[in-house]
Amino acid sequence: MSYHEAPTIAASDAPRLDRDDRPTLRFVTCGSVDDGKSTLVGRLLYDSKTLLDDQLDALASESKTSGTTGGDLDFALLVDGLQAEREQGITIDVAYRFFATKLRRFIVADTPGHTQYTRNMATGASNADLAVVLVDARKGVITQTRRHSHILSLLGVRHVVLAVNKMDLIGFDGDRFAAITAEYLTLAGQLGISQVQCIPVVAPDGDNIALASTRMPWYTGPTVTAYLESVDVAGDISERPFRLPVQWVNRPHAEFRGFCGRIASGAIAIGEAVTVRPSGRRAHIARILTPGGERDRAAAGESVTLTLTDEIDVSRGDVLTAGAAPLVSDQLAAHLVWFDEEAMAPGRRYVLKCGTASSGAVITSLKHRVAIDTMAQESATTLDANQIGYINLSLDRALVFEAYRDDRQMGSFILVDPISHRTAAAGMIDLSLRRATNVHWQQLAVDKSVRARLKQQRPCVLWFTGLSGAGKSTIADLVDRRLAELGRHATLLDGDNLRHGISRDLGFSSAERTENVRRVAEVAALFVDAGMIALVALISPFRSERETARHRVEAGEFVEIHVATPLAECERRDAKGLYRKARAGELPDFTGIDHPYELPQAPEITIDTSEMTPEEGCERIIRYLQEHHYL
Amino acid sequence: MTGQTAPTTVATVTRAAPDGAALRHGATSHLQRLEAESIHILRETAAEFRKPVMLYSIGKDSSVLLHLAMKAFHPGRPPFPLLHVDTTWKFREMVAFRDRRARELGLDLIVHTNRDGLGQGITPFTHGSARYTDVMKTQALRQALDLHGFDAAIGGARRDEEKSRAKERVFSHRSAAHRWDPKNQRPELWSLYNTMLAPGESMRVFPLSNWTELDVWDYILLEDIPIVPLYLAAKRPVVERDGTLIMVDDDRMPLLSGEEPRWRSVRFRTLGCYPLSGATISTAATLPEIVREMMASRTSERQGRMIDRDSPASMERKKAEGYF
Repeated sequence: MSYHEAPTIAASDAPRLDRDDRPTLRFVTCGSVDDGKSTLVGRLLYDSKTLLDDQLDALASESKTSGTTGGDLDFALLVDGLQAEREQGITIDVAYRFFATKLRRFIVADTPGHTQYTRNMATGASNADLAVVLVDARKGVITQTRRHSHILSLLGVRHVVLAVNKMDLIGFDGDRFAAITAEYLTLAGQLGISQVQCIPVVAPDGDNIALASTRMPWYTGPTVTAYLESVDVAGDISERPFRLPVQWVNRPHAEFRGFCGRIASGAIAIGEAVTVRPSGRRAHIARILTPGGERDRAAAGESVTLTLTDEIDVSRGDVLTAGAAPLVSDQLAAHLVWFDEEAMAPGRRYVLKCGTASSGAVITSLKHRVAIDTMAQESATTLDANQIGYINLSLDRALVFEAYRDDRQMGSFILVDPISHRTAAAGMIDLSLRRATNVHWQQLAVDKSVRARLKQQRPCVLWFTGLSGAGKSTIADLVDRRLAELGRHATLLDGDNLRHGISRDLGFSSAERTENVRRVAEVAALFVDAGMIALVALISPFRSERETARHRVEAGEFVEIHVATPLAECERRDAKGLYRKARAGELPDFTGIDHPYELPQAPEITIDTSEMTPEEGCERIIRYLQEHHYL
Repeated sequence: MTGQTAPTTVATVTRAAPDGAALRHGATSHLQRLEAESIHILRETAAEFRKPVMLYSIGKDSSVLLHLAMKAFHPGRPPFPLLHVDTTWKFREMVAFRDRRARELGLDLIVHTNRDGLGQGITPFTHGSARYTDVMKTQALRQALDLHGFDAAIGGARRDEEKSRAKERVFSHRSAAHRWDPKNQRPELWSLYNTMLAPGESMRVFPLSNWTELDVWDYILLEDIPIVPLYLAAKRPVVERDGTLIMVDDDRMPLLSGEEPRWRSVRFRTLGCYPLSGATISTAATLPEIVREMMASRTSERQGRMIDRDSPASMERKKAEGYF
């Protein structure tokens, strides 16, 4: 038969025909290179009889051409998907596999054992209920085993199957198995991994995978498959207080305003009271829309749309809560697994994503680094890729969260590098550093819009950035005067002048420049809140910091003005004699000379004073403000 | 825009009444959990990107994806258009189905064809499936994404389809040249997605990542989702070529000597361009029959797809070049 014909249904297909709803167990496999992880997963797939004829044919032919088993079925080939992996015979990225038995469905994350790919192990573990840790019976518990188990523990995996593989190569020695078991149980105890099942296996031959081995009669425990089918990993997430991180506000027409999201924990019913965090506003649930239609109740895990009885302000990143209050703070402590090749830099700004919220975040201190072999805490100033540490974090805005040990969804975050956009780290929140839980944001009766109306203007930040001597202060001063003539309320925050006051304690290192920009952005935002137009004249050399300043105020309230006078022209003018000193080496870290200036990518206004006078520049800005209805 | 927004397919479906356990634990059944996860992903895409688009290939996975999008934004409409890359070699029934669904649901549908490829006379019969797929599908998709400036493209690919798909992220980064770098993927933990892009870069988003082929059919059955009738068995004119049954959908198909279209009861397990889609001999003419057939099947769905067989790593290479 060359083309395929529809099959007849036979009794031997029974496992695949079981129509009862079977729960899904998500597990992760980890271990060192060559411990046989991919082979184990391939064998689980093979023994579950979920492989199809054409896949088995492909396996048989690929085993002959690129297998590492001398022509026998090489089960690892079922899993090692990427071409580079097949060529090198190693797994370089996490792969997800699906199979089912009579009792359960399984999603397996197969993760690599190479040291530099530890981040993928953390990725696989983040959504796993259980982990299968492989060790080579000849080697026992090694550094990689400790490292992976530590990551599992950090990521909240409490159930481990220790598969002691290659038992055939140690002559099925039960005493050696017992020794490895004892060593691992000690490690698991230290790490708080509460449930461990140790199973001796020979993955390529299938011993104790789906069928009990006849070669190790001294082992009387369950097979890997039997254990995975029966282990109870249910948590108590639906018993916890109600939390719904708002993803999307659904507003198709004036009569409907729904808040969409996936319920992280707890349950909610129509008529129950909810509190919006961090604002603290309260309302009652009016309607619950679920994918299956309108309902009276909904619970953890469901993607719902809720409407409220009162018109209150709720947006993406807020959390609808009921019951005990969540943690709300802009200062927190967390465990961190560093991923990025670029080392962690305390004081540098990253973008933090937690639930549906995001915020600028600065690692204020690295409390300790964890020595992976001994799990000892050691002092350190940075974390390299694949290192683990404990940090304090300071955020631009208050975050609503839970401790990770209580709630994985509400207690986890990632840090993204604002320049490279790489995912730099994954974090597990330990605790809030401020007793902010019961400190609500004051709901002020007089808000920005009221004050702006009083002044009959639209508040905004005019952020002048550019090299030293480009003409920022000169033009900002002219704009300030023109605004006064037009009867507008404005104030000028000049970088040089601020360094005599609010930033008097700061020098010119990258970290101190970052802090200076942060302070100025905060002050400017306060002025905007007071209904004012804030003019800022500041070199502000880094793109990420200007972006942070932009996000400190609302959309449309930030006008970036790049005073783009070329370096040569600034240096020729050298009104303050600074370039001369910098060239002479008397002023280290001088922007444009030996310190970078990152050009704005999309400034609202660009002004080059080598092509226009300061007055012309001023008029261009005023015209922009008029055309865009700021004035 | 009220009144006609509720998707009829949702309204007519009666779901098994939730029992006590369902009330306590929320999304309890396997399909409900998958559905909740996919809706979460669709909403994240809408919230985090400037200009998303949903790729609509008219197949069963696209039908499920569209159904989920209607649910995710109900009672509103999905805040993104549909994009179909039309090679001009799709089954006629697929095109009719596409236009009817877009009209019924009131959605924006963008149809894009690679005019350059058409002008060069590239067809699956004359240029081989590899070159044809590159020009009329991969290049065409890149053209369409560039033309409209979409920064996120939602697709129906599943991890169980193929080995290199199994490694794909839910939010999968593409360079400004639409390239996928499988060795340099962003780690994806919990349900936190790094959606940040530099100018020109884009994201491919796969809400059905964790679904299997059987899940898709179960869901279509449970939710009564409309699908192209080609999935159901009927008498159709086919020829056998290189061990595959090809349906003669129009007179552009050059018949080789001795080839005589025969009317046989067939159906399709996957749909694409008719010259590249192998048919299955079957009498399963209803959805429940298809699901029964599926469960007993001993071959994978991609067996009927001829483009995967070009070389062992062909899918990985095509994906790196920008194929979906």
